Amino acid sequence: MFIGAIGCEPLQLKRVNLEHSRTIDVYKRNGGYDAIKKVLGGMSPDDVINEVKKSALRGRGGAGFPTGMKWSFVPKDSPKPKYVVCNADESEPGTFKDRYLMERDPHMLIEGMLIAAYALGARINYIYTRGEYRYLINIMDAALDEARSAGLLGEKILGTDFSCDIYTHTGAGAYICGEETALLSSLEGLRGHPRMKPPFPAVSGLYACPTVVNNVETLTAVPDIIKMGGEAYQKLGTEKSGGTKVWSVSGHVNRPGVYELPMGYVDMEKFIMEDCQGILNDKKLKAVIPGGSSVYIMPAADITGKGVRMDYEGLVAAGSMVGSGGFIVMDETVDVFESTKNLIEFYKHESCGWCTPCREGTDWLVKVFKRIARGEGRPEDAQLILDLCDNIEGKSFCPLGDAAAWPIQSAIKKFPEDFKRHLAPLTMQTETEVAAD
Amino acid sequence: MSEQFTPNNPLPQEAKLPAEIASFSPAVEAEIDAHLAKYPVKRSAILPLMFIVQRERGYLDPPGVAYLADRLGVRITDIWEVATFYSMINTKPVGKYHVQICRTLSCKIMGAGKITEHCAKRLGIKPGETTEDGMFSLSEVECLGSCGTAPMMQIGFDYHENLSAEKVDEILDSCSRGEYRYSMKS
Repeated sequence: MFIGAIGCEPLQLKRVNLEHSRTIDVYKRNGGYDAIKKVLGGMSPDDVINEVKKSALRGRGGAGFPTGMKWSFVPKDSPKPKYVVCNADESEPGTFKDRYLMERDPHMLIEGMLIAAYALGARINYIYTRGEYRYLINIMDAALDEARSAGLLGEKILGTDFSCDIYTHTGAGAYICGEETALLSSLEGLRGHPRMKPPFPAVSGLYACPTVVNNVETLTAVPDIIKMGGEAYQKLGTEKSGGTKVWSVSGHVNRPGVYELPMGYVDMEKFIMEDCQGILNDKKLKAVIPGGSSVYIMPAADITGKGVRMDYEGLVAAGSMVGSGGFIVMDETVDVFESTKNLIEFYKHESCGWCTPCREGTDWLVKVFKRIARGEGRPEDAQLILDLCDNIEGKSFCPLGDAAAWPIQSAIKKFPEDFKRHLAPLTMQTETEVAAD
Repeated sequence: MSEQFTPNNPLPQEAKLPAEIASFSPAVEAEIDAHLAKYPVKRSAILPLMFIVQRERGYLDPPGVAYLADRLGVRITDIWEVATFYSMINTKPVGKYHVQICRTLSCKIMGAGKITEHCAKRLGIKPGETTEDGMFSLSEVECLGSCGTAPMMQIGFDYHENLSAEKVDEILDSCSRGEYRYSMKS
């Protein structure tokens, strides 16, 4: 598997291929902990937040919310303790970048969290890692111990008045805990149910205190932003999507892996066909899901020759989203009905059961997909599926419902043939019956 | 009509406490204390502690649940409420080797189905079942973040990636012979 940068100097992946990259010595020898020194050497918390605002860094977990703005929502005058929580729950199908960032360069995350904690005035901070990534929790714990011994965590860091500690926390196998309010419920020792927003976590989060929840990749971008300045970081990318982005590539490509690209990389076809070395076994490209399973599926026709720009705006213009940056590449042998069925089974399993549209809707969808797969598809099923999606999308308590509906809606719209084939396999009536759009 | 339990009329937990409450060695107690020390609210340690109970007792059994309720100062029902939400918390015994195969899209299109079939045939059980001798449990699980190295499976907490039928046989053989060594402690 490939891990590296294309089209830019590696920032996030600068150290990942070095020997012993996860040790504090290698980290320090390669520019590590310079940013926290710079911060503690004379930057105010507001200076830090301003640099992050200037960097146009957007949340890398999926929603793409501007990070500097998120930080500035934390009330400065609140007498309550404040928390920085790192979202390392990475459970979006097709996404595995955070895993390698933590496995190979855990100190980069620690430094990013320290800077965030300084900017927000947080004393105690948590890294919420999905339960399956137990080996990463062990790696992070070892790195945290190293940092503590080096005086970079704990009381009076580097001889200043800044005190801060970071602890790991384990999830236990629940996709929903990647949603920030569900993550906070889980961290409080409850079922991982999402909470009503507002109040947003910045005002009332962990233990009802001001809290910022950021993805691993978002936090690991922070040390470089401080070192090079927000403006320089932004210029690596585009005006609205600053810096670089780490993409996970899986599926039918010759070279799957973790790729760091500048935001606004042109173009997606070149990325798949050249950088990822094309489709496995010389097959033809059929479809790409570019942002983890929750985004709209893109047919090859929307990619080939279209010059799709790889950033937040570019992918929206091309009919999909950046999401978490998990590319799932599918060749011509894939039946999109089958791939969609696989995903809706995922969402049904992972629906937390809190709200009715999502709990009942995903269950019903799975029943319909399974019946169709048994060969009992009816011509009106396409419309039934779209109606069910319509009753979930925008009507569920948290974005999991939307995430379940979007891949299905786009699959039916973009690949009607794959559905028609299943809906009435023995008759010709489907041509006129299927409301594909 | 059955009795209604409300916050003002709580479940009479004394009556529900099982006869036995789990106990652990001083080393394990110290590990539990270290987890509790991380949080301002004890209940936050519920998941880390469940994993420890599970490791020590094989699964989250009623005496283990009673222990957690006692240690965290919450009700028995609070423990069950959380335990039943998370797929990695086993409220029933599982085999000595828990073979968990990722079934989500990236693994699926790279051949996860064949790996599952192979395991099921070899072990003589369906996903969700445990072999009669209690050696193996087989599960199909959702995305484990190993999409670039698909197909994959997890045994306990160990990742096994880029699987083929031969590689699966090698791993399961070493389990059967009792030679399999976990690469990390839980």
